[in-house]
Amino acid sequence: MMDTLLDVEDLWVRFPSRQGVFDAVRGVSFTLGRERLGIVGESGSGKSMTGRAILRLIRPPGIVEAKQIALNGDNLMEKSEKDMRAVRGQKISMVMQDPKFSLNPVMTIGAQIIEAYRQHNRTNHADAYAKAVEMLQAVSIRDADRVMRAYPHEMSGGMGQRVMIAMMLIPNPQILIADEPTSALDVSVQRQVLDIMDGLVKERGMGLIFISHDLNLVADFCDRVLIMYAGRIVEVCEASKLSQAKHPYTRGLLNALPRLDAPRDHLEVLQRDPAWSTAPSVSGRVA
Amino acid sequence: MMLDIDTLNVWFGSGRDRVDAVKAATFSVARGESFGLVGESGSGKSTILRAISGLAPQWSGRMVVDGTPLTKTRPKAFYKAVQMVFQDPYASLHPRHSVDQVLGETLHLHGFGDIDARVVKLLDDVGLGQKFRFRYPHQLSGGQRQRVAIARALAPEPQLLLLDEPTSALDVSVQGEILNLLVDLRRDRGLTFVMVSHDLSVVGHMCERLAVMQNGQIVEVLGVDALRQNAATHPYAQSLLAASI
Ligand SMILES: Nc1ncnc2c1ncn2[C@@H]1O[C@H](COP(=O)(O)OP(=O)(O)O)[C@@H](O)[C@H]1O
Ligand SMILES: Nc1ncnc2c1ncn2[C@@H]1O[C@H](COP(=O)(O)OP(=O)(O)O)[C@@H](O)[C@H]1O
Ligand SMILES: [Mg+2]
Ligand SMILES: [Mg+2]
Repeated sequence: MMDTLLDVEDLWVRFPSRQGVFDAVRGVSFTLGRERLGIVGESGSGKSMTGRAILRLIRPPGIVEAKQIALNGDNLMEKSEKDMRAVRGQKISMVMQDPKFSLNPVMTIGAQIIEAYRQHNRTNHADAYAKAVEMLQAVSIRDADRVMRAYPHEMSGGMGQRVMIAMMLIPNPQILIADEPTSALDVSVQRQVLDIMDGLVKERGMGLIFISHDLNLVADFCDRVLIMYAGRIVEVCEASKLSQAKHPYTRGLLNALPRLDAPRDHLEVLQRDPAWSTAPSVSGRVA
Repeated sequence: MMLDIDTLNVWFGSGRDRVDAVKAATFSVARGESFGLVGESGSGKSTILRAISGLAPQWSGRMVVDGTPLTKTRPKAFYKAVQMVFQDPYASLHPRHSVDQVLGETLHLHGFGDIDARVVKLLDDVGLGQKFRFRYPHQLSGGQRQRVAIARALAPEPQLLLLDEPTSALDVSVQGEILNLLVDLRRDRGLTFVMVSHDLSVVGHMCERLAVMQNGQIVEVLGVDALRQNAATHPYAQSLLAASI
């Protein structure tokens, strides 16, 4: 993979408190090309903080430290907050688990997309409207005109998530960070949302960071996977080879899953080794 | 039969706002059996459990638990025999009640005397141990909270446990521990389970038979072998299985 979009080197996210400093992300390094990069791990392992830190969206007192977070060679760590605002949304977009928290509840979907579009493009209302409809159609929303008039609470989870992705695509970002984007959706709808993101990676050459706790889903959908434990990457592997992962933590997670093709009386219980959380983070960088 | 459901209809609201959440559902569960309910969100799975446990007041049809037909008001013995465990243990536990209070009050409510000894036993039975006895919900992990919720459900010594997505909010490693606990409890106590899950592999692991729901209706009841062999016959059930594998 020649084409590195993002290069994250030695990323730390720290939360100082009266009891001392809690390190939520501990020296994580990885690159992202025009690929679907999965980040998996249990809750609390630092997946969301890693995603947010890239956009420098960690709220104080949280601190982000890194040797570099380079977007096309340009170190985001050195940017002013004002310049970061241009990066967010324009070059790197983020989709969260629950679209209901990200959309304005008292504005129609149409008004929100048009507003977002006009923030990025000098154009009149009619053009922006046409563009918004086009965006909705790009995420497989068929009755786009009706959705334009709808309010967020009138949409199902899958529809809301598609609208969010449509909004994120307006500035044509190079990178999409999707944090558990389908965890709240039914399997059939999940598939549709994944297909849309898949198309974006293939057709627009976008880089996708796909954060999930679902190993099967990541194995199925991504190209490469980082497995996180206690703020560190413990293993990096090709998604299609996740079932052959070697780290005892990854193996433990896989074996804890019930399987229709392999019935058992009892599921394997993950035995945690304290050494997992002290071993240095494995690098997910591809030269 | 532990549970017999015949042409059950459940609705919410009235007039124009009426929602028919369950339509003519029919199934039965033998004593000691574990029965699954699967289907997309909004298909009526939780509503069936809520109707059985008396939390959905508007229903028609026939529900029989352990030979006793259910009426609009449930006798005290019913609440002893049938207990429910919800998806989100945080929402179902009072934030300012310690584990000891939660279990003690439940035992008291059901008329038990030897409360102290029973609390100790319940904590051991769900694998928590005594060091958790005086903790509050916010001092527990998600899996530990779900163990408390299971201990509370076990307190009145029920025969039928209604489990509504009991592990959906948990990490897979913790899910495995809770499912193992439920398997052991069912075997040791001869419990009957009705379990809702959106995860077919969880239902396949836990249940002998399952019903597939769509828009408030049960479209197919199948055995776990048919599930494993992807051998549903109803087109919707087939598509649900296909999407999950
Ligand atoms: N504001 C905060 N203060 C202290 N710790 C925090 C804060 N926000 C998150 N954390 C901790 O950071 C760790 C990583 O969190 P997160 O990245 O959200 O995990 P994941 O997304 O993998 O579930 C967790 O242990 C969490 O408790
Ligand atoms: N208290 C309620 N008032 C009105 N409608 C409800 C209520 N509870 C559930 N419903 C509706 O009943 C249907 C079935 O819901 P539910 O049983 O929760 O589905 P599931 O558990 O399969 O996701 C849905 O359309 C839901 O919106
Ligand atoms: Mg997260
Ligand atoms: Mg439900």
